[in-house]
Amino acid sequence: MADPLLEVRDLKVHFPTEDGVVKAVDGVSFRLEPGETLGVVGESGSGKSVAFLTVMGLIHRKSARVEGEVIFDGRNLLALPEDEMRHVRGNKIGMVFQDPMTSLHPYYRVGSQIAEAIRTHRDVNKDDARKQVIEMLRRVGMPRPEDRAKAYPHEFSGGMRQRAMIAMGLALNPALLIADEPTTALDVTVQAQILELIGRLQQEFNVGVVLITHDLGVVADVSKKVMVMYGGKAVEMGTRDEIFRQPLHPYTWGLLDSIPTVDKRVERLVPIKGAPPSLINRPTGCSFHPRCPHRFEPCDKDIPELKDRGGGHPDACHLSIEDKRRLWSEREQQRARAAS
Amino acid sequence: MGQYLIRRSLFMILVLFLVSVLTFLIFMKLPSGDPARMMGGQRTNAEDLQEIRENLGLDQPFWVQYGRFAKGMIPWPGLWLDEQIYYSYSNNVAIKEEIYPRLPYTFALAMGAAVIWLAIGIPVGIISAIKRRSFADRTSMIFALIGVSAPVFWLAYLFLYLFWFKLGIAPPSGIPSDEGVVQAMVTGRFVMPWIVLSLAFAAFYSRMTRGNLIETMGEDYIRTARAKGLSERKVIFKHGLRSALTPVVTMFGMDLGILFGGVFITETVFNIPGLGQYAVRAIGNNDIPAVMTVVTLAAAFIVVLNLIVDVMYAVLDPRVRYR
Repeated sequence: MADPLLEVRDLKVHFPTEDGVVKAVDGVSFRLEPGETLGVVGESGSGKSVAFLTVMGLIHRKSARVEGEVIFDGRNLLALPEDEMRHVRGNKIGMVFQDPMTSLHPYYRVGSQIAEAIRTHRDVNKDDARKQVIEMLRRVGMPRPEDRAKAYPHEFSGGMRQRAMIAMGLALNPALLIADEPTTALDVTVQAQILELIGRLQQEFNVGVVLITHDLGVVADVSKKVMVMYGGKAVEMGTRDEIFRQPLHPYTWGLLDSIPTVDKRVERLVPIKGAPPSLINRPTGCSFHPRCPHRFEPCDKDIPELKDRGGGHPDACHLSIEDKRRLWSEREQQRARAAS
Repeated sequence: MGQYLIRRSLFMILVLFLVSVLTFLIFMKLPSGDPARMMGGQRTNAEDLQEIRENLGLDQPFWVQYGRFAKGMIPWPGLWLDEQIYYSYSNNVAIKEEIYPRLPYTFALAMGAAVIWLAIGIPVGIISAIKRRSFADRTSMIFALIGVSAPVFWLAYLFLYLFWFKLGIAPPSGIPSDEGVVQAMVTGRFVMPWIVLSLAFAAFYSRMTRGNLIETMGEDYIRTARAKGLSERKVIFKHGLRSALTPVVTMFGMDLGILFGGVFITETVFNIPGLGQYAVRAIGNNDIPAVMTVVTLAAAFIVVLNLIVDVMYAVLDPRVRYR
């Protein structure tokens, strides 16, 4: 098998604070192959953003304790000195952030901000950079890119701004693009456009994509692999079909159940009871057990490891595989009944 | 952008108009008693008072009086500070003749101090922001607190005592009448006034720069700049400072405008023949026309500099141009 594009081994990111150590990421491991899309799903506080900010080296080294390895391009990014990491950022790994309005500098024209990214890593004169910028804007579907390049961020709509950010992330043809909640700040219809754009560009550029989101619907569209995160750990990992058809963790069940559907009549929304766990005083054993309707004897004592327990893909739940299959089909039947 | 400029200019004229009305009322209409006597100061014989009454147009309708007053505010030769109204009867001289030679001293004092306070305040603020909570940061903020708290007159006398009286390395206060502004600067008579005046501003500007830069560095677009792989220097100076300094630039314009109207305390303590010293004396002598003129002039400086500041803001922040 070819080398993975990105391999993360037992990544831990802990923030010592006055109130205690915040274990934002507590032992996450995964692989991403070249040209693949990984959807990372979790609620706020699950550690999904912090994990990938750490991959990019954007977590302040002095305020965090980082352990583990992030292997990219044959090197452990966590061990790289800062000036070498700067060659990677923007160049080999591009990043797109959640709110494009605040993520673009309000005083500089959009075109020049993208050109700045290009000229930081390539020896290109201003004119050539400008041409590349216009071409990039064209590829992300920006109408009249020559005019748009000269405009300021506040003159764009939300969707346009995000397209510009994606253009900036892909301008140097990186091998990996990390998109941290790229559609959260956008209208639903624009969301669909941006997701379709990301999917198309992923094929055109043959770039690996990490799509971080709290919205399973987003993941269903674009991702091939899905990683579900909870309380700083990955609790389930599989292909999109596996996760949606045969999920193996009660948290994933809760997420899937809570998706509102438009095409069926449903009386009430089904949330997951309880609140996300404190990252300072984590529950003993499995972090999800206080909220889990299926918890039993070992759940508050032993931390369940993420591994394949006979379900075909790894999960972190003590329930037996037979129980998991049964409980899931029960839920599916219940949903079908409630909707009729 | 053009529309913005026109709007701001019209607004400036409106403000000047309001200022002139207020000044007119305060000085000519509100005080009880005979305005002619008030303007006349030490000249109280009947003929003089009659002459004053005619000049002021006290027998004329209200708007004629205001008109004569207001036209002195129009910066046009022949109209500007014309002698009909702006005349010091105490000293028997047109006020503009008294003021004109003094303006260069005030400007020199203000500009020199401005250069110093920017050169000290902003870099100190930047370093404090970058190395937050370091020894350099804490000490400079303590100095800033002292600088902001220490009264100018106290500092001025302290400096004079230390550096002139005790150590003899600074010239005494005052500027001999045979020295022009430029000469005075060369002989070092402005050095202590500059330092004393700039200290409080430098302190204030360093705190402001530090606060603005710290806040700016927490913005999302700074994270984007780092994610693009920019060097930390570029991130701080090209992305961070650009936003952080915009309010400082506008503040600077306002501060300059206020100083141009007279640096009252520093000029008085150091005996510099500027507009501020003139104003303090005029107030002490109850020379109403002189005080009125200084007030009008100071207001005009502030308003004009305010307009310049507005334009600067639009140049620096493109979001402002379309309001």
